[in-house]
Amino acid sequence: MASIGFNELYFLLQGLKWTLALTLIGFIGGGVFGLMVALARTAENRVLQRATAGYIAVFQGTPLLMQLFVVYYGVALVGLDVDAWLAVAIAFTLHASAFLGEIWRGGIQAVPKGQTEAAKALGLHYVSRVRDVILPQALKIALPATIGFLVQLIKGTSLAAIVGFVELSRAGQIVSNQTFRPLTVFAIVGLIYFLICWPLSLWGARAERSLQTASR
Amino acid sequence: MSYSLDFSAVVERLPELLLACLSTIGLAIAGMSLATIIGILGVIARRSTIRPLRAAVIAFVEVIRNTPFLVQIFFIFFALPQFGIRLNPTVTAIIALALNGGAYAIEIIRGGVDAIPKGQVEAGLALGLHKAQIFRFIVLKPALRAVYPSLTSQFIMLTLTTSVCTSIAAYELTSVAQKIEADTFRSFEVYFSITLLYLVISSLMMGVFAIINRLSFSYPVK
Repeated sequence: MASIGFNELYFLLQGLKWTLALTLIGFIGGGVFGLMVALARTAENRVLQRATAGYIAVFQGTPLLMQLFVVYYGVALVGLDVDAWLAVAIAFTLHASAFLGEIWRGGIQAVPKGQTEAAKALGLHYVSRVRDVILPQALKIALPATIGFLVQLIKGTSLAAIVGFVELSRAGQIVSNQTFRPLTVFAIVGLIYFLICWPLSLWGARAERSLQTASR
Repeated sequence: MSYSLDFSAVVERLPELLLACLSTIGLAIAGMSLATIIGILGVIARRSTIRPLRAAVIAFVEVIRNTPFLVQIFFIFFALPQFGIRLNPTVTAIIALALNGGAYAIEIIRGGVDAIPKGQVEAGLALGLHKAQIFRFIVLKPALRAVYPSLTSQFIMLTLTTSVCTSIAAYELTSVAQKIEADTFRSFEVYFSITLLYLVISSLMMGVFAIINRLSFSYPVK
């Protein structure tokens, strides 16, 4: 049995870097597209509503692992010769856009209708109505769920390991195979995830409480 | 070089895939049932007067909810043999699913239990019901009814999570798909098809949950 020394820990931290990078890309990309999904989902246009509802249903009704596999092999199929990590990043972006879209739809619909009507009565056009009136309130309502999804996304990036992408979990597998100490290694890997996710979860819980107090 | 889609490999081995679907559904149902039991026991422990027990439940919930399922399943897979317990991957997968689902179930059911007005419990006491009766009929049942939507959507997520069990080679849809992929090299076709199968499974489950809801939780109270 080899021991777990500085080199092994350094290798895990290298993996962590990719976990964080994937999360960040997924969250930012998913945020941009998710906003569009949410706006389309709450648009007055029936076709847009239906299309985005279907998009969300497909991503919420299939495993993230399958989404990774399909996108991973799908981009190669379309003839795009892209890096493995770009394919994985695309998959996470799509996944996050569906979930964030649904979360923010909830937030947008929770804003009282009178707000939209008042904005219309004031003669605000669509962009300003959405940007200055609806979204600031909607995002505040959706903050706890958004943080919750961020935690889910961080944990979800571990599935990239199954596709062969070396992030924290895959790095853990490699180190575990080298040192024959799976328990210690996966305990360390789990601890690293926990240290990142737990503060976020606590923040989310606090945001939810303060929202409840505010609405009382 | 252009690639032409060819689903014949999938069609040929459809019986194998459908059988694996049953296994996935079986894993999911086993996981959900155990998770519900863990959830209810966890909530009881969470409300007990013994402080270490309460702390243990809180720690369990937080650790499970803030680490990836993949790491959990690896940990359990390698931890059990160290204690001399040798189980096949599928049983290990059920344990992992039960623990993961259980932690979420505790949190969800607790939310429902906390929302029961105190007056209701006091009314039960005034009627002379004993503690177990109060918990079962006055606290738990209305709480479960209230959290039924969030609990079932968590269970749908658990069903989708079963795909991760392929990482320890448990017998379920994704691992069978990976075997077919290795035999035929039709990666995209195979994964695209089983993604559809998962969509069917999760839609079916949502339908069943809706029926159960109508049958057992509809008013007037059954």
